[in-house]
Amino acid sequence: MASLTVQNISKSFGQAGVIKNLSFEVRDGEFCVLLGPSGCGKTTLLRIIAGLEEASGGTIVIGDRRVDTLAPRDRDLAFVFQTYALYPHLTVAENLAFTLEVRGAARAEIRRRVDETAKTLGLDGLLARKPRELSGGQRQRVAVGRAIIRHPKLFLFDEPLSNLDAALRGEMRGELARLHKRLGATILYVTHDQAEAMTLADKIIVLDRGAIQQTGAPAEIYHAPANLFVAGFVGSPRMNFAEGAVNGAGLFIGEDCRFDVSEMLPDNVKRGDTPLTIGIRPEDLTIAADGPAAIEGRVEIVEDLGSDKFVHVASAGRGWVARMAPEAPLKPGGAVRLRAADGKLHIFHSGRRIGR
Amino acid sequence: MKTFLLPLAVAAVGIYSLLPFLWFVLASWKSPAQLTAIPPVIVPEFHWGFYRSAIVNYGLLGYIENSAIVAAATTVVSIAIGALAAYALTRFHAAWLRWYLLVLLCVSMFPQIAVAGPVWRILDALGWLNRYPGIIVAYISFSLPLAIWILSTFFKELPYEIEEAALVDGCTRAQALRRIVLPLAAPGIFTAAILVFIYAWNEFFFALIILTSPPLQTLPVGIALFPGEYTIPWGELAAASAIATLPLIALTLLFQRRIVRGLSAGAVKG
Repeated sequence: MASLTVQNISKSFGQAGVIKNLSFEVRDGEFCVLLGPSGCGKTTLLRIIAGLEEASGGTIVIGDRRVDTLAPRDRDLAFVFQTYALYPHLTVAENLAFTLEVRGAARAEIRRRVDETAKTLGLDGLLARKPRELSGGQRQRVAVGRAIIRHPKLFLFDEPLSNLDAALRGEMRGELARLHKRLGATILYVTHDQAEAMTLADKIIVLDRGAIQQTGAPAEIYHAPANLFVAGFVGSPRMNFAEGAVNGAGLFIGEDCRFDVSEMLPDNVKRGDTPLTIGIRPEDLTIAADGPAAIEGRVEIVEDLGSDKFVHVASAGRGWVARMAPEAPLKPGGAVRLRAADGKLHIFHSGRRIGR
Repeated sequence: MKTFLLPLAVAAVGIYSLLPFLWFVLASWKSPAQLTAIPPVIVPEFHWGFYRSAIVNYGLLGYIENSAIVAAATTVVSIAIGALAAYALTRFHAAWLRWYLLVLLCVSMFPQIAVAGPVWRILDALGWLNRYPGIIVAYISFSLPLAIWILSTFFKELPYEIEEAALVDGCTRAQALRRIVLPLAAPGIFTAAILVFIYAWNEFFFALIILTSPPLQTLPVGIALFPGEYTIPWGELAAASAIATLPLIALTLLFQRRIVRGLSAGAVKG
């Protein structure tokens, strides 16, 4: 295993810059997730690191070896494709053995490793089958097996679970997490699925329009999003946003909707009539029984998921979504008073997080 | 109504195409008396005399050998060069490549008669008239564009990611081509090979002008020259034609499963 250092990587197709001067590091044994919407450049970045795509500039170091001028096969990494990309004319055993064979491993060693890998991934009974005779989950497993069999320095995963159905995805997610723990592998994992990012990652790098928006542990990304993009992209249902302004009496959204932010903001912001964006996660909105309410409105829709209720509230022409316990006594059409849980406001100024 | 029309249409096309073939196959089995009978006899008495005569008296085996050598060499060279060219055309991106394919298509459309003169003069200058390389080179100039076109459509359909997986797994480009791309493109390669082979096997015009020496002549020319000054050996002609058709039928039947079946099923998603 080894660390990965990416420095000043850029990539442009024609005139359009897809990746703009990116730098980051994945530590030895770290599970790092590149999270971003489709088209943000995350797959391109992964392919550049693998050597399948050429960067316009920058350096890539795996371990202590600079690899960006090497052919893919000399970079000592494994790539798990979104489409699995199994060799359709080879059996599962041959698919697994392929990389060892091409690299001239001894026959006995190949057999031993194929058996070991098959056992690890529960592919024992399928070794003689062709990829077309496998289910989606089994193909996924073979793709992972093909990657781990060689013990490469670095694993690259490109949305490996996106072709599986929801139940299988959850199962494979758990399996990948266990595999990472057991192998102690250095992994760079691309996904647009925040659930995968949150559950698998040691570190998340949020990418948008070819630039890094925030790097941090999952909890950090979730609880202290660095800007409006990260705040809106991570979390489901989406964070509630509203434009407001701050003055001596607090932060106002419209006329009546007031939040006490005296302890959250730096002094220079508190004084002026500074325009701000306020963000509140749905689970941080609670019913204000008697006390002061920030949001007064009417319940529009209640989505009952069994474990939670997503309550859509309209207040002074603005929509809010609150996540409530299933027993919350809210009916569509009823009046409701909400307040934000203490210290759970996210405040942004020209797109960036300010305050605590 | 529809279920009734389709088989009818299929049968009509089949009979229309196969009738001449059926006629000379039946004729080849007739006895000399049956062959000239009036009114014509349809059911032959399975007389093999014309086959023996075609082989013994008309040297049919020699023509078959010539045709086999010429067609096989044309096929091997066309497919070898065609596969590499098609691979490059589909995998590397440059603006002029698209035009190249179009030009190639135009080239393959040239009527043979238009280039017959120049081809003859070039081969004459090279001293390649009445030699195998001469006819093979001439055939390749027509079959190569065909092979490149067929193969590039097949290569285009192969998911590139499978190849990339091979590159990451440790292959050079050449290894990926040999171990992954070619086996997966096998249906396309067989299709192209059979079409090229059929073209070279059946070609008449170039063979007529380039191979004028009887020991070198190929089947179509050889058979066409069966008739003597005073006789037309209908029975031998029919028998020779039947034999000439056999390899093509055999090849097609042999490889039809490989041609039809898409080997790449199950590679991605699915």
